[in-house]
Amino acid sequence: MELKQKYIDAITKTVSEISGEKPSQLDKFRNVGLKHFVELGLPDKSDENWLYTDLSTAFSTNWELKPKGLHRKIDIETIFTCDVPDFDTHLAIAFNGQYFDTGTDFPDGVIVGSLAKMSEQYPQLVEKYLFKAASHEQRMTNLNAALATDGFFLYIKENARIEKPIQIVNAAFGNESFFINQHNLIIAGKNSFAQIAYCDHTLSATPFFINQLTEVFLEENSELEFYNVQNSHNDTTQVSSIYVNQNRNTNFHSNIVTLHGGLIRNELRVKLLDKEANCNISAINLTDRKQHVDNHTCIDHIAPHCTSNQLYKGIYDDEGTGAFTGKIYVNKGAQKTEAYQSNKNILLTPNAKVHSRPQLEIYADDVKCSHGATTGQLDQNAMFYMQSRGIDKKEARMLMMYAFANEIVSKIKIEPLAAKIEGMIYRRLRGELSRCANCAIKCS
Amino acid sequence: MSDNLIIDKYKTDNIMLQIKDLHASVDGKEILKGINLTIKAGEVHAIMGPNGSGKSTLSAVLTGNERFQVTQGEIRYKGKNLLEMAPEIRSREGIFLSFQYPVEIPGVSMVNFMKTVVNEHRKYKGLDPISASDFLKLMRDKKELVGIDSQLTNRPVNEGFSGGEKKKNEIYQMAMLEPTLAILDETDSGLDIDALRIVANGVNKLRTKDNATIVITHYQRLLEYIVPDFVHVLYQGSIVKTGTKELALELEEKGYDWLK
Repeated sequence: MELKQKYIDAITKTVSEISGEKPSQLDKFRNVGLKHFVELGLPDKSDENWLYTDLSTAFSTNWELKPKGLHRKIDIETIFTCDVPDFDTHLAIAFNGQYFDTGTDFPDGVIVGSLAKMSEQYPQLVEKYLFKAASHEQRMTNLNAALATDGFFLYIKENARIEKPIQIVNAAFGNESFFINQHNLIIAGKNSFAQIAYCDHTLSATPFFINQLTEVFLEENSELEFYNVQNSHNDTTQVSSIYVNQNRNTNFHSNIVTLHGGLIRNELRVKLLDKEANCNISAINLTDRKQHVDNHTCIDHIAPHCTSNQLYKGIYDDEGTGAFTGKIYVNKGAQKTEAYQSNKNILLTPNAKVHSRPQLEIYADDVKCSHGATTGQLDQNAMFYMQSRGIDKKEARMLMMYAFANEIVSKIKIEPLAAKIEGMIYRRLRGELSRCANCAIKCS
Repeated sequence: MSDNLIIDKYKTDNIMLQIKDLHASVDGKEILKGINLTIKAGEVHAIMGPNGSGKSTLSAVLTGNERFQVTQGEIRYKGKNLLEMAPEIRSREGIFLSFQYPVEIPGVSMVNFMKTVVNEHRKYKGLDPISASDFLKLMRDKKELVGIDSQLTNRPVNEGFSGGEKKKNEIYQMAMLEPTLAILDETDSGLDIDALRIVANGVNKLRTKDNATIVITHYQRLLEYIVPDFVHVLYQGSIVKTGTKELALELEEKGYDWLK
């Protein structure tokens, strides 16, 4: 109770400071966010969605809530280098949730920029979508609504097919600790196609609390691929909430690879609003030491003739912990739904722990649905089989974990990115990958 | 005697494997109760016996499966103390087990698996990793030898293989590794007569005067194709009778009861 009041006071103060400071349409939602926050409070066990991830320690830090971007000019090349030679992308960067203009030229078919700025430049477009997918029932969303002042705006124009992937890099950076709130808006216009590589990254060793809210809209006949690589340091707390609204005949493909990070919560909430909307989502997390990774999905089959496919996997070592909660909700009218979900976990030590909660609620009678979860150790018979062929225990373990993770990597359709992530997973499993793999600043 | 002297002596005497008074148990229950067995290079030994007599335990102990504890006795392989070696070292030293129930390894392709295996063996011998083209050629040659379907090597190890394919895959791996001591544990179970012939044929082609084979089986049938020099009957954890291939025929006719 005390903590909640502390945040109500701090948020109220911050809201009054930031409102109108840099005018944008985000200001319209601050008081709504604050109001709902006062009602619902911080995420805790009183909310069924937050049974297995405890943010109380993270919230008890005295965070600076006021956003601090990077305002000096900076040479991107010196800060961020992408170590894939063939990975040619359109690059966009945000520091601490604030869009940073790199001067990159984007192709005609796409508008990329600061959400705050674009809400003034394209007011009708932003108004049409902003907070139309996000839900005020979610507590972290309310915090975000009250406090976020910027984020990415990405609009793929009607009929545009963006051949080169768009790479979005989030970098947390600074000498002091921040609470970062970031709001992204991604819109795939009618008949459009784009691939997005979305990277979460910390560039300095200070602790961060990152609360990202991403709203994604797929208009008729559009297709969007969203690849998220998370490689932040172990003092990072990150909650990433992605809301996706899919219209008729759309394909949404998402893939999350969590390599490093202290406490990570990924929420993916998809609404299949019209016929022939298909979503294909997958994730792998490699979690060790005292890290915690919580993947939370909710697929809402509203319209008939839609499909969804979920494959979420986790490897937990040391005292690593995690959770998977996946809900498939098939509404009464959503006949001919096909919805599948699978969660598979490997626990490498007796101290590693994962909670798996697959959930299926069906109110239609002509559907194909399945869900399943497995949690176990590496198969000892397979280990011995490999040893008996001359492979030592360590290598046998590696081969099996690598194969386990590779099922997810093979779903990445951007070839150089898949190769890169495969390499990162390989090094991560061998303990050779640091969170600084892509960073030129050797801060630690 | 020093280890080197023992190794020399085994070499002079042409002894590949010597088991002395071997006792082993699983979960505290004694299964092997004093096995004695000597195998020379070039020989084929059949081990027969009823269910539960300890045949598979013997193969598990020879390959170092940790589930089984050796409580007494000694095993010398080419003069070296076998029980001190980790399973992977035994393999690299030339021991191969064709599993009674080959294990599926999801996600690990046969090609990657075999490449890793071949290179681990080469590294142990101080050789460089095999080149891609040599490896492909080796795979092709050995596939032909055991008549295994080319498609199988692109799939994950044993995943979705039929019973017969799994057994063929074991002999295929054996062909790739050319072991000095091969242990075939119930390789005939689950095979139809054609597959049995192919598998036996593969094993026979791999036989030389320098390697030895232990054939563990219930039935005499396999021994028509892989002809043993000696037949041992394992009963309640010890070898109760040893003879030549005629013993196998006698067992087929009379069963095991007369030996008790």
